[in-house]
Amino acid sequence: MLNYVARRLLLLVFILFGVALITFLLMHVVPGDHAQLVATYRYGFDDFSTDELKAVQEDIGADQPLHRQFILWLNHVLRGDLGYSFISGRPVTAEILARVPATLELATFSFLITVLIAFPLGIVSARRPYSWLDNIAMVSSLIGVAIPNFWLGLLLILVFSLTLGLLPVAGSGDLAHLILPSITLGSGMAAVSTRLIRASLLDVLEQDYIATARSKGLGEGVVFRRHALRNALIPVVTVLGLQLNHLIGGTVIIETVFARPGVGKLIVDAIQARDMPVLQGCVLFLALTFSMINLLVDISYAFLDPRIRYGGGQR
Amino acid sequence: MALLSIRNLEVYFPLPDGTVHVLDSIDLDLEDEEKLALIGETGSGKTVLGRAIVRLLPPGAHIHGEILYNKRNLLDLAPAEMRQIRGREIAIILQNPASSMNPVLTVGNQIKEAVQVRWGLTGRPAYRQVINLLERVGLPLRAAVGYPHQLSGGMRQRALVALGLALHPRLLIADEPTKGLDSPLRAQIVRLLKDVLEDGMSLFLITHDLPAARELAETVAVMYAGQIVEYGRADRIFAQPRHPYTLGLLASHPSRGLKAIPGIAPSLTNLPVGCRFHPRCADAREICRYKAPPFLEITKGHKVRCHHCSR
Repeated sequence: MLNYVARRLLLLVFILFGVALITFLLMHVVPGDHAQLVATYRYGFDDFSTDELKAVQEDIGADQPLHRQFILWLNHVLRGDLGYSFISGRPVTAEILARVPATLELATFSFLITVLIAFPLGIVSARRPYSWLDNIAMVSSLIGVAIPNFWLGLLLILVFSLTLGLLPVAGSGDLAHLILPSITLGSGMAAVSTRLIRASLLDVLEQDYIATARSKGLGEGVVFRRHALRNALIPVVTVLGLQLNHLIGGTVIIETVFARPGVGKLIVDAIQARDMPVLQGCVLFLALTFSMINLLVDISYAFLDPRIRYGGGQR
Repeated sequence: MALLSIRNLEVYFPLPDGTVHVLDSIDLDLEDEEKLALIGETGSGKTVLGRAIVRLLPPGAHIHGEILYNKRNLLDLAPAEMRQIRGREIAIILQNPASSMNPVLTVGNQIKEAVQVRWGLTGRPAYRQVINLLERVGLPLRAAVGYPHQLSGGMRQRALVALGLALHPRLLIADEPTKGLDSPLRAQIVRLLKDVLEDGMSLFLITHDLPAARELAETVAVMYAGQIVEYGRADRIFAQPRHPYTLGLLASHPSRGLKAIPGIAPSLTNLPVGCRFHPRCADAREICRYKAPPFLEITKGHKVRCHHCSR
């Protein structure tokens, strides 16, 4: 198991290097000279001499060959220095870190909502397929999958904030501000997960080893918990991991709809203001988060499935 | 009264493109400590019959008739009552050892679970029992801490036998325990089963491994297209088979010349009228084409489902 984690961690180093390289190159393929952009922000539009531009180029290392620039940049990144925002002039690292808690809060809460809805509902549905409860769960999850989340967000604001006045419209701070965005983001994921959990369980319950477990005289509850659930979880964990990534992408929209000061909102603002260092920093940060989530998913696989833990072997 | 009496058992699966009649008018008795082999081609319904007895059929199966065990009809029992029968009274070793064990639990834990539920043992005594069982089936102790995918096919089969042994039932149903094994391994499993049965268990062996049936069974039931076509003492059936199908089945064995029965087994959705074997039968007459033969006793304890064998 430890061996497996070590192998995955080693692989992560290479992945992150690739991510850094792509992020770096991205900034160099966008239209416009990087040095010119910096100079514009430093001195104002067209308000700088050739000498000043040259000074900027030397300053940010734009006169160096590309590979030297990359090494220089990577060196800074590794020390946590992602450059300075064009707009605020503050370090990008500080800008991102200031926004992380709000996003983390939203992601955690949405994920919690997903798990709290999807697992009980999926399990109940699988234990009594085609019962009225299952039918209700399946119809509502179909609706949940179909509704786009920005629209659901606006609808929830309209009902709970504007009409009923129960919850705040936008912003962040206490728990009340979290409820609507979390439901908006979590419900769609919960819908997909419920269906998956149900399907996965129903599939596992037809396997031969479940019949073996029943043939021992075990009760249905034990068969379900000990034999079915863990096997059914393997595909579910994959999709939950993918969805968690999707959810982090989803914060970009939801944070904009609910005006929450998170990383997603920071990205949108950075794009609109062409604040390249911030955008670059955010992309790198998200890529790092995705990689970490994928690592966690891979580790939990190994935890759930000994066939992965011990690799190869006879099948 | 026999330990197990199956009366007029019928199992079918209604499917969109026609009903699949898997079992039809099955009548079978099994005495206490009797060893019976159910033989027949793949797809004749042997496995379904074995699983019907412990009521472990896939969802969607319709089942009619009676399965009397100790005078109680198993088909009438509530799920909780059936659980008392499973494992304690009747255990089943399913076919396909590769898929019949839970891939995410160690072999030892799966056997231990059987020991726990059957004998109420936990902790050290339970482990000791698991170790005993593994020794008995000739598995190394390290197999206990391994997962099913880490064992070879033969080891998995033995692990499944150990599971059946752990339950020490009165009736053991073994579905193709020698399937897919090479001959030394097959001999090993047969010897193992024989050894186990010394304890006075009844055996319901489902197989198309005729030598294994011969070695283990006292009585033989031959199945064709969902019906039992011949039943009797093993020595009589192997020496003097009466039903043309049994004759063909025995002749198709390599040791007896590898002669194939002409034609193919009928589809269970579209069974022939009359005798189900008549399209492949060399002795078929007019009556065989329209009238289903009754299952008649021709000599004491020897029953045949054939129009012209019963006289």
